[in-house]
Amino acid sequence: MINIKNIHKSYVMGQSRLHVLKGIDLEIKSGEMISVMGASGSGKSTLLNILGILDNYDTGEYSLDGTPIRKLNERKAAALRNHLLGFVFQSFNLISFKNAMENVALPLYYQKVSRKKRNIIAMEYLERMGLKEWAHHLPNELSGGQKQRIAIARALIAKPKVILADEPTGALDSVTSLEMMDILQEINRTGITMVIVTHEHDIAARTEKTIKITDGIITEIIKN
Amino acid sequence: MFDLDRWQEIYHVLRKNKLRTFLTAFGVFWGIFMLVIMLGSGNGLENGITQNFGDMATNSVFIWGQQTSVSYKGFPRGRRIEYENSDILALQKGIPEIKYLAPRTNVGGYDGTSNVLRKLKAGQFALFGDFPVFNQIDPVNMVKGRFLNDLDLKEKRKVVVIGQRVVELLFEKGEEPLNQYIEINGVYFKVIGVFRSKRTGEQASGDNQRIHMPFTTLQRTFNYGNTVGFFNVTAKDDVPVDVVENKAMDILKKRHAVAPSDDDAIGHFNLRKEYDKMEGLFFGIRLLVWIVGTGTLLAGVIGVSNIMLVVVKERTKEIGIQRALGATPINIISQIITESVVLTTFAGYFGLTIGVGLLELINYLLSSSGANTEMFVHPGVDFKVAVMALCILIVSGALAGFIPARRAVSVKPIDALRYE
Repeated sequence: MINIKNIHKSYVMGQSRLHVLKGIDLEIKSGEMISVMGASGSGKSTLLNILGILDNYDTGEYSLDGTPIRKLNERKAAALRNHLLGFVFQSFNLISFKNAMENVALPLYYQKVSRKKRNIIAMEYLERMGLKEWAHHLPNELSGGQKQRIAIARALIAKPKVILADEPTGALDSVTSLEMMDILQEINRTGITMVIVTHEHDIAARTEKTIKITDGIITEIIKN
Repeated sequence: MFDLDRWQEIYHVLRKNKLRTFLTAFGVFWGIFMLVIMLGSGNGLENGITQNFGDMATNSVFIWGQQTSVSYKGFPRGRRIEYENSDILALQKGIPEIKYLAPRTNVGGYDGTSNVLRKLKAGQFALFGDFPVFNQIDPVNMVKGRFLNDLDLKEKRKVVVIGQRVVELLFEKGEEPLNQYIEINGVYFKVIGVFRSKRTGEQASGDNQRIHMPFTTLQRTFNYGNTVGFFNVTAKDDVPVDVVENKAMDILKKRHAVAPSDDDAIGHFNLRKEYDKMEGLFFGIRLLVWIVGTGTLLAGVIGVSNIMLVVVKERTKEIGIQRALGATPINIISQIITESVVLTTFAGYFGLTIGVGLLELINYLLSSSGANTEMFVHPGVDFKVAVMALCILIVSGALAGFIPARRAVSVKPIDALRYE
């Protein structure tokens, strides 16, 4: 599903150059659930952003579901993000003036699905997350766990092949974190590939494989 | 393109900072408001001045006699030129480009008046001998009866067409003037028509104190013999009046033994030239109004652009989220441009409506107060101009949104997402 070879990425900051990824090779098979761990600044988030086509890379090769990802224009990148990828963020990133249902339905809006139809589908996903009663509430009326479940529903609605989660439990308490992992594992069981960036060991332990990154290089791959 | 989600977003963005939205909108409102007011006032001025021309054919020229300034063919200089009936025929035959030729003689010369009596009332009015075509060159509104006709002329009937003021001064209130007789310099004439001037103000009151009778009647009754006071000539529609003017001058100079180089002997006044000068003035006013008006509008639109830049910056993260979820640059750009267009159009529409409303109010107050507004009549903008202004608004709204929209999609999605 995901295949990257010798990926390099550096940030230019004025005079200095920060080499963040120093040759990453990684293959993630369809349906795998892996976690990426590393100290802050190790490059784990940068890797996830490159996987999510939110950022570009300098050299190397990346193919997503057989499509080479290299110098895509924004329109094509947007289409790939919309159809193949789902994002879950640490800070939920819900749109503040849209209610839960509208937030979940947003990816389908960009697929030009009619409002009526996408709202029906959004309600189904909310029901799966146990949030049907909260459909017409705005994000600021919901708890952190509820928000993250809405974000997950939003990531799922376009039936992506890969879910990319950046510290999905980082802003949640431990009990809710465990609930969240249950949900993510359940989603993985339906065949969706999952990449989770985290720095919590117990979260990483619930994935099939943990990749440790240190200073821009994969130093260890642990099978859990 | 205009789905509910888009409107929801526009509403949210504009409502989030109400004062800012209001002030921005006010800039555009003021721009279009000023444009409308200035255009309307310009039109009012233009209407006022063109109404002084009445419905007078602008391609016409007046020709009258003056004194020669060059001795010629044995005649000394200082001789008075007077026209005769035979000149009428000569002009008619010599100049095929003439549309209407209206000779006129007025009793007492230019600005002269005659004593007019009816029963116990009396007045002093200007008295003209006219051809029926005069009403084609400088038309009047017939209030009652009819204007002079060819039979009146041919039979030298003792009939008159009188202005409304004449009726007011010579007849009792409510009295029917038609078919009544009035006494002019001791001779009785029958009233066959009453008219009102198409001009406004002072000129109109002058017109309304006139009496017109057949040209031939006047010549015979008041011993003018063959004398013609002056000619009023209009050119055919596709001929410049200068052509007719020059030909008429040549013919009259020849017939009256005036030296070709003598420009003083024959007086002439080309209405077209006067009208063109006026048109030039109006063009200048209009140009100025548009430059100032669109300048004001531009200032408003730049304000909108500025605010959209701020809005885009504030919403960077939100736009980043949308892009992560699959929004294409076109989605984002069109959303921002729509916001900008909605804001400008809405504000501009208000400016347009209130501007037009104010002009209408002025219009109403002017006409209901009955003030003598010779120089300022019917201020207002026509529909075409209003639509044009609205189009300018929509286009400028789109332009105002374009730069901020480009900026919104120029950042990488991840940078937008990380923006706090």
